[in-house]
Amino acid sequence: MIARSIVLHLAMLASAAMIGAIPASAQVASEAAPAAQGDADAGLSVDDDGGLTGSVSDDSQWQDLGIAITTFATDEDVPTRTNAGSTAALGRNISQIIADNLRNNGLFKPSGPLGLPQPSFDEVRAPAYPVWSLRSTEMLVQGYVHANPDGQLTVGCYLYDVALKHLLAKAGWVVAPGEWRRAAHKCSDMVYSRLSGESPFFDSRIAYIAETGPKDHRMKRLAIMDSDGANHRYITSGQATALTPRYSPDYKSIVYLSYLDGKPSIYIYDLEQNRQRLVTKSSNPTFAPRWSPDGKWILYSMAVAGNTDIYRVSVNGGESIRLTNTPGIDVGGSYSPDGSKIVFESDRSGSQQIYVMNADGSNQRRISFFGGRAATPEWSPRGDQIAFTHIVGNLRIAVMRPDGGGLRHLTDSWQDEAPTWSPNGRIIQFFRTEKNSGKATLWQVDLTGRNERRLPTPVNASDPSWGPIRP
Amino acid sequence: MASYVKFGPTALLLAGSLAMSACASKAPKELPPEPGPATTQAPTGPVGPVPGSNADFLAFTQGADTIYFDTDKFDIDQVDAEALAKQAEWLSRYPSKQATIEGHCDERGTRDYNLALGERRANAAKNYLVSLGVDPMRLTTISYGKEQPIALGSNEEAWAQNRRAATITID
Repeated sequence: MIARSIVLHLAMLASAAMIGAIPASAQVASEAAPAAQGDADAGLSVDDDGGLTGSVSDDSQWQDLGIAITTFATDEDVPTRTNAGSTAALGRNISQIIADNLRNNGLFKPSGPLGLPQPSFDEVRAPAYPVWSLRSTEMLVQGYVHANPDGQLTVGCYLYDVALKHLLAKAGWVVAPGEWRRAAHKCSDMVYSRLSGESPFFDSRIAYIAETGPKDHRMKRLAIMDSDGANHRYITSGQATALTPRYSPDYKSIVYLSYLDGKPSIYIYDLEQNRQRLVTKSSNPTFAPRWSPDGKWILYSMAVAGNTDIYRVSVNGGESIRLTNTPGIDVGGSYSPDGSKIVFESDRSGSQQIYVMNADGSNQRRISFFGGRAATPEWSPRGDQIAFTHIVGNLRIAVMRPDGGGLRHLTDSWQDEAPTWSPNGRIIQFFRTEKNSGKATLWQVDLTGRNERRLPTPVNASDPSWGPIRP
Repeated sequence: MASYVKFGPTALLLAGSLAMSACASKAPKELPPEPGPATTQAPTGPVGPVPGSNADFLAFTQGADTIYFDTDKFDIDQVDAEALAKQAEWLSRYPSKQATIEGHCDERGTRDYNLALGERRANAAKNYLVSLGVDPMRLTTISYGKEQPIALGSNEEAWAQNRRAATITID
């Protein structure tokens, strides 16, 4: 097992995983059986539509763990080519990011790194258990930063159970100077996964629309950032209104809508080449683009003579295949994780409701049968839930099972819309619009609906799209 | 604010164009012209917008360049039909003129659906104009969904102003 070989002795640095080169699943070494899963909300545990089953993140015992995040040590405090400073400064920054990640997402109430004893480099692999026992620490996170001769950095991450005096998990990563924050996210993911039994999600990115200007002259730009808001970058200038971005599964491109030609059309923006191309050449407006889970197809909506239907086209272009053909508005769409089904929105019944069809367009059937209108369905990456916007006077974020049962509201504000899932299907981001001013901000909420927080962005923001765990 | 909402920005535009053309007879209680340069620069020829221009279209339709819809609706009611008849009349006078019909929605819907709904509204207006004899090749449609509100409040009055299809002739 590759993970077992990641021994973090400096003498064996060569075996630490290269971020970007080795699948994430191989990077986390787990040495004990998974922690007990949190109890699920009874109504949410089983999906009888063939989807995955699983519990919902809840404020179970593991959330109250006394978890200490210590300042990462270094064997030698030397300058780095990062924007964080020397290896010692990097160690402080990395541990702060880990603490912020775990705290800000409402997952844990960690202490540190400020105010805690700072382990020496040698203590990283041999914790001073008595010290931590006295402080009533239950879980201890330690780590180190080492500068490699080639300028890359090796970051080691260790999770200890203090009462058992036992190493629960460890992992190491070699990162380029510009990617140092990823090591902090990888370590956060390791700790989170090991303690919660859930899949990781921190090492991921978000595409969204940055908004500035007054309500009737709002400038809308495509922007991207890490899951914690860092490494923010504007992609488009704002000259043309940009809407509804979606990261490709491999993070190499973004599909989005732009009024660049004066009318709404969908483009694929190549993040490596910094150029874009039309997905399909049409005199008709195209909008609401989405990726298939394998990244080979684009789902989009096109209005012909006022009638909107959903189409599918290869990411390389070519002929579009029409998937819906009702006289109503069929729009949006989100693939099930296995790519076999599509959940979408249609007003063929007279108002916006949510429907499911096979990926080839067959077997279209309505699944939302509660009051109000239901819009913007997004299939959870775990397959067990569908998030959507429930229009019941106000616009609220809600989830239901793929069979339409188990409706639960997660937010209750004036206007919350456009949910997007965390890579592990446990957290939902959306945007909230303020009454009158129309100012929009990004928010996230976990599946309990209790841990809601605003995501910091440089300017106002809408249309978030959370990508998968980075490759 | 009340009069703004009632007459809409179209009326403001109209008033603006009237003022610019010094056609004071239709503007209520207009102040007398300022002394000095304004008088010397007053046009001497016939006043009014250039015939066939969008300003002329706005002056002719008197606010009927835009039609309004109920929530989630795109049907053409009697008021809309009269407005579109007025538009068609102007378009028949200037058969070389083309027009764009912009479809808009209020802010209380989701983004993608509103793009589709705006398209539907613009097409409803277009189809009605075509039924009145306007060549469909002269008409294009575009949806702005909820991206370009004209009334900025978050209330029923503002939303009613924003659920619209506006015809703009191309100068």
